[in-house]
Amino acid sequence: MTIDWNAYPCGDFYDELLAVPGQARPALAGLLTDLESLGADELVARQAAANVSIKEMGITFTVYSEEGGAIDRTWPFDIIPRVIPQSEWERVDAGLRQRVQALNLFIDDLYHDQNIIKDGVFPAEVLAKSVNFRPQCVGVDPPLGIWAHVCGSDLVRDGDGTIYVLEDNLRVPSGVSYMLENRLVTKRVFPELFDHYAPLPVDDYPSQLFDTLAALSPRPADYPAVVVLTPGIYNSAYFEHAYLAQQMGCELVEGRDLFVDDDDCVYMRTVDGAARVDVIYRRIDDLYLDPEAFLPESTLGVPGLLRSWKAGNVALANAPGAGVADDKVVYAFVPEIIRYYLDQAPIIPNVPTYRCMEPDALAYTLEHMAQLVVKPANESGGYGMLVGPASTQAERDAFARLIQNDPRNYISQPALKLSTVPTVIDRALEPRHVDLRPFILSADRQQVTRGGLTRVAMRQGSLVVNSSQGGGSKDTWILPEQPDASSI
Amino acid sequence: MLSRVAEHIYWLSRYVERAENTARIVTVNANLLLDLPKGIAPGWRPLVDITGSNALFEEHYSDYGELQVVRFLIGDERNSGSILSALVAARENCRTIRDFVPREAWELLNELYLFAREDLDKGMTKSGRHTYLKRIIQGVQTITGMLSGTMLHDQGYDFLHLGRFLERADMTTRIIDVRSANLLPEETTELRPYETIQWVSVLKSMTGYQAYRRSEQVRVLRGSVLRFLFQHPDFPRSVNRCVEALRTSLAKLPRNEGALRVAGRLKRTLEAVEPRRLNQQQLHAFVDDLQVSIGELHVEIARTWFPPPLVMEQTQSQG
Repeated sequence: MTIDWNAYPCGDFYDELLAVPGQARPALAGLLTDLESLGADELVARQAAANVSIKEMGITFTVYSEEGGAIDRTWPFDIIPRVIPQSEWERVDAGLRQRVQALNLFIDDLYHDQNIIKDGVFPAEVLAKSVNFRPQCVGVDPPLGIWAHVCGSDLVRDGDGTIYVLEDNLRVPSGVSYMLENRLVTKRVFPELFDHYAPLPVDDYPSQLFDTLAALSPRPADYPAVVVLTPGIYNSAYFEHAYLAQQMGCELVEGRDLFVDDDDCVYMRTVDGAARVDVIYRRIDDLYLDPEAFLPESTLGVPGLLRSWKAGNVALANAPGAGVADDKVVYAFVPEIIRYYLDQAPIIPNVPTYRCMEPDALAYTLEHMAQLVVKPANESGGYGMLVGPASTQAERDAFARLIQNDPRNYISQPALKLSTVPTVIDRALEPRHVDLRPFILSADRQQVTRGGLTRVAMRQGSLVVNSSQGGGSKDTWILPEQPDASSI
Repeated sequence: MLSRVAEHIYWLSRYVERAENTARIVTVNANLLLDLPKGIAPGWRPLVDITGSNALFEEHYSDYGELQVVRFLIGDERNSGSILSALVAARENCRTIRDFVPREAWELLNELYLFAREDLDKGMTKSGRHTYLKRIIQGVQTITGMLSGTMLHDQGYDFLHLGRFLERADMTTRIIDVRSANLLPEETTELRPYETIQWVSVLKSMTGYQAYRRSEQVRVLRGSVLRFLFQHPDFPRSVNRCVEALRTSLAKLPRNEGALRVAGRLKRTLEAVEPRRLNQQQLHAFVDDLQVSIGELHVEIARTWFPPPLVMEQTQSQG
């Protein structure tokens, strides 16, 4: 069997690799030809090799089953890389920096003077109903005034090629380790492609993350004590927590490894006795961080942690309460937030969003549910949403009641024609829908990953890319434009 | 280094050592039985005796047949001492400290675990068993080598050694105890011709035959074998060598007074006897003494360096 790019069905979607059937996008140069010359058999063999690699490298994520057990699954990966030309990426990069800068100013404002509300740009009732606003954090000044040090924003590309921000994850966004591992696996299984192409490297992320965290240290020192705080091996992202700690050369700690002493400083229990901790990259949700301040029954956190943070004795990344901007209703206001704080037009557009709290938008949503995607404000992982075009009348009726009962909690968006990338399915290459999650680091300076994690909906026609719901992933290449593509 | 991490390294090390030791005793027993006449062959029960899990075994199996014992020791996950269970536990401990363990070592352990599980059916057949167990032993040795060649020789390495040598000392004393019990109706003349073979098999289950030959240069005799296995200063699986390795690692750790005291007592107990002179009953009592001390050493290590015991576990899901 051979690979025939002419038979590849682009449909009316934007394919990231092919402009039209049989023709590659310019930035790719000879990539399609290279894949073609490998042949289908070889491609299938490489996919199998990648699967073996991933299994042996122990790249896993954890899913929960109804029976109560946590299952360690190997990471699903497709070997065909997703390519974005560097010139296009530079604009996205600038847009993400702008966005996160504005979001940090917004969060800081909400916990202080709330000028954006006073000025009538952001409605007080949205804040009042936010489940991620933490009254315990009002008036706190985190180091550098930054709240969201690590942000993962989900980008999608519509049928006409426009890239939109779909959502911002400001609490404990995960996936960056898979971005790094995907590149490693691609190098293992496709070494010859790297002879011809030079995608921008991604592997400096751990050191950038360390620098970001170190910049927050309350004690000026050459080597601040930075730790990664994990809920433990049963967390779905445990692999990533361990991976990042290892790559940064930090301790990976659980709540029980830490304690707050009478001096309001945080210490970890070590073989040598207690050792002071300066910065905690916490991968535990706000409410589980500190049983004294939040959920008293949580054993994952550290009693007194919030007290120590408020006293400025330890830095927490992301800061507690940063999730207030991680809300699908707040999302709808981000263009206004950017204009308000930065006096700039947003570089990357939001997906057009109907806020059901507004009567017109509510009416429109209820009327057009079959064409819309309806999302609750505070769910992640693709849970609790309605994909209109794929829904039944009964599902839409049930959802309509949910929305009417609590309009503040819902937004709706047109169902986008998510872009596709060729994906190895059985023994052929078929288009599958993708999104992209880049990561933005903010401290004394901002840094954006080169590309990010591309997630793939492996089922034909599906738009659900979450790994917890059967999604896969791809390596993402930011490719410098090649001076003379025809020579390859 | 975190106390919790120290604990995981220690157990990781103990479990991989346990997997290897179990693989060794099964291999050697299979070989031994081929050499002995049916009437006097000790069968498979002694292997379960060595691991001290007879009650559990009898709960699930009706007799100590080859198939049952081998299944119990290699692949029965209800037996926490089976090779598969030990590798599961080692992997789980390793997974918890993946930031600490060098990546190549983690990959090797993961591969070994996958092999142990996927090839289990072959490992339980008579023809596939040898290859399976050999691969387990080699796999553990490779992991040990990879760790010593790649991880920092810091406190973590000391805890790795503590786990390995404590487990090994424990296993060596168990093997001596059970095997010698089977060997010793000394008066029974009928057994005489085969006694040498059995002592050789004891040595072989610790890969000690060649070393014994080189070092002792005497026939394989009970007294010499016992001295070799208990007291030899250089044989890597002798109790004495294990205790010395433990003392060396303990000496490098902070707040080590208590643990060093227990290890010192263990060493004195070991040196105080002349194994040749012990009759079977005394030998058994002596092994008991050693086992109690080994248990005390574990308790002291845990008390000094490991985190306070966990009150309750809780899990949490995140997006």
